Amino acid sequence: MSTPTVSTSPEPASPTEPPPSRLRPRDVARVGGAGLRTRPLRVFLSALGIAIGIAAMISVVGISSSSRADLDRRLAALGTNLLTVAPGNTLAGGTATLPAESVAMIRRIGPVEQVTATGTVPDAKVYRSDRIPAEESGGLAVLASSLDLPRAVRATLADGAWLNAATARYPAVVLGSTAARRLGIGAAGPDVQVYLGGRWFTVVGLLAPVALAPELDSAALVGWSAATAHLGFDGHPTTVYTRTKDSAVEAVQAVLAATANPQAPNEVKVSRPSDALAARQATDRAFTGLLLGLGAVALLVGGVGVANTMVISVLERRAEIGLRRSLGATRRHILLQFLAESLLLSALGGAGGVVVGIGVTTVYAATQSWEAVVPAWATAGGMGATLLIGVVAGLYPAIRAARLSPTTALATA
Amino acid sequence: MLAIVGPSGSGKSTMLHLIGTLDRPSAGTVRVEGHDVARLSDRRLSALRAHRIGFVFQQFHLAPGRTAVDNVADGLLYTGAPVRERRDRAAETLVRVGLGDRLGHLPHEMSGGERQRVAIARAVVGEPALLLADEPTGSLDSASGAGVMELLRDLHSAGTSVVVITHDRDIAAGLPRQVAMRDGEVVR
Ligand SMILES: Nc1ncnc2c1ncn2[C@@H]1O[C@H](COP(=O)(O)OP(=O)(O)OP(=O)(O)O)[C@@H](O)[C@H]1O
Ligand SMILES: [Mg+2]
Repeated sequence: MSTPTVSTSPEPASPTEPPPSRLRPRDVARVGGAGLRTRPLRVFLSALGIAIGIAAMISVVGISSSSRADLDRRLAALGTNLLTVAPGNTLAGGTATLPAESVAMIRRIGPVEQVTATGTVPDAKVYRSDRIPAEESGGLAVLASSLDLPRAVRATLADGAWLNAATARYPAVVLGSTAARRLGIGAAGPDVQVYLGGRWFTVVGLLAPVALAPELDSAALVGWSAATAHLGFDGHPTTVYTRTKDSAVEAVQAVLAATANPQAPNEVKVSRPSDALAARQATDRAFTGLLLGLGAVALLVGGVGVANTMVISVLERRAEIGLRRSLGATRRHILLQFLAESLLLSALGGAGGVVVGIGVTTVYAATQSWEAVVPAWATAGGMGATLLIGVVAGLYPAIRAARLSPTTALATA
Repeated sequence: MLAIVGPSGSGKSTMLHLIGTLDRPSAGTVRVEGHDVARLSDRRLSALRAHRIGFVFQQFHLAPGRTAVDNVADGLLYTGAPVRERRDRAAETLVRVGLGDRLGHLPHEMSGGERQRVAIARAVVGEPALLLADEPTGSLDSASGAGVMELLRDLHSAGTSVVVITHDRDIAAGLPRQVAMRDGEVVR
């Protein structure tokens, strides 16, 4: 016996299936932005957290890049092919001397283009006048100098003129920048004199600071023959400056000691002044890393702030979420809306931070008279980090918003 | 056009949400356009709400900082229509509900009755087959309430099915059909 079954029909396909809900990408941005516009103060404060982190990182990177770029520029101008040769210590512990003919020997090395030397005049002191007690010499060295010294070390004159063949034989002196300041001498001239090694010397020139040979800054430079004639100089060079073909700097550096003093190469100190400048930069780099880490922590805290703002935003706007669901928003549309809001929020902070960071770099560089350099990777990285934070911070609140059932959302109105 | 009446907590809103696919039944089946709501995906349910069903709530749920036109245009937001078209149709619909002179007004610049008209315009701007109104006159004085009911009747005569939840005996009496509910059940 069969009972006739009344078929409740397996769903007659509707003749006019509605097209799927759709939210245009531009509208995603629009609804995300609308959520921000109604709470400007809160948006400002939570974007500020991100902005501080990004600004800190951009300015740290910007300032250190600007300073590095400036150093590179200076090194390029000064040349990295300057090598100096100086006497070291003897095995017995005393101070060694360079042979008088070392300059001539070094000149014979093929790739060496310039050789020049200074020699310390051991017992000579320099004073402003003859009435100052002998002890107060102010730590200024008196050096006998070859005539081609300024060219080799790229020294320039702040005032007056460098020694020439004539003045090198007379009691004439050129003062380094520190020496001039200590002696209270602001200008060179025929009537400007200092009391040097027991007699009056005329100050014919003042040097500007010498970046590659800072030892010249605190020196009083006299001609080689004047030093021999008037100050009892023994003619032994104490620093030999060489300029070498750029391609052969290392090779020359390797043979300089043996060339300068074949009998005792181990008593010779060879150095490359541009290395010292670059090394100072390297110690700055560790400090930069530390500051960068602090900026990253600030950024993280900013991200937590954004997440917090988004959680509150979702809680406050349950009715809006319910309404949007009733208007046809899918869960995905709600998710996208809150993700867009979070992204915009942190992007706002990121953009502000980049602007402030570039501003800080520009101002700081201007005070140092550097050219401001903010590498593109720093800006791009900052914005990238910002967007990542926006997604991560917004994801959990957005998922909660999307999971909310429309009826409970509407019931909390 | 029908009225749902019943005491507070009797399940009127729940019924309306079920009809409107905002909720799914824990027992029994709800069919909309022949589809079992419980078995449709979120995407398909949302599509139904975007194109076939309009909602009106007692609290209006208008976005505070946005003009009447923008609020109404949001009724088409999830249809994927371009913004120009949404705003044009919103303006037309506002004229249709008698708010042609309020297009650029913000919600707080309008009376309760006007706000509810804006909310109704938003519900019908997509020309849904079914309009569900949960106590649309609940927060209005009787004059504005009467105006809103008048509007709903007009929409009905223009071809939209309208379901209205109301506590107001007179309003219910004025509608062609009433469904009474008590303790979660339809009693009449
Ligand atoms: N048939 C039912 N099955 C399960 N739960 C129900 C049913 N009817 C009502 N409820 C529950 O009763 C509670 C009140 O229902 P609802 O909000 O729909 O009442 P209402 O008639 O709209 O009341 P009010 O007039 O105050 O708005 C809700 O939590 C709802 O889940
Ligand atoms: Mg209710």
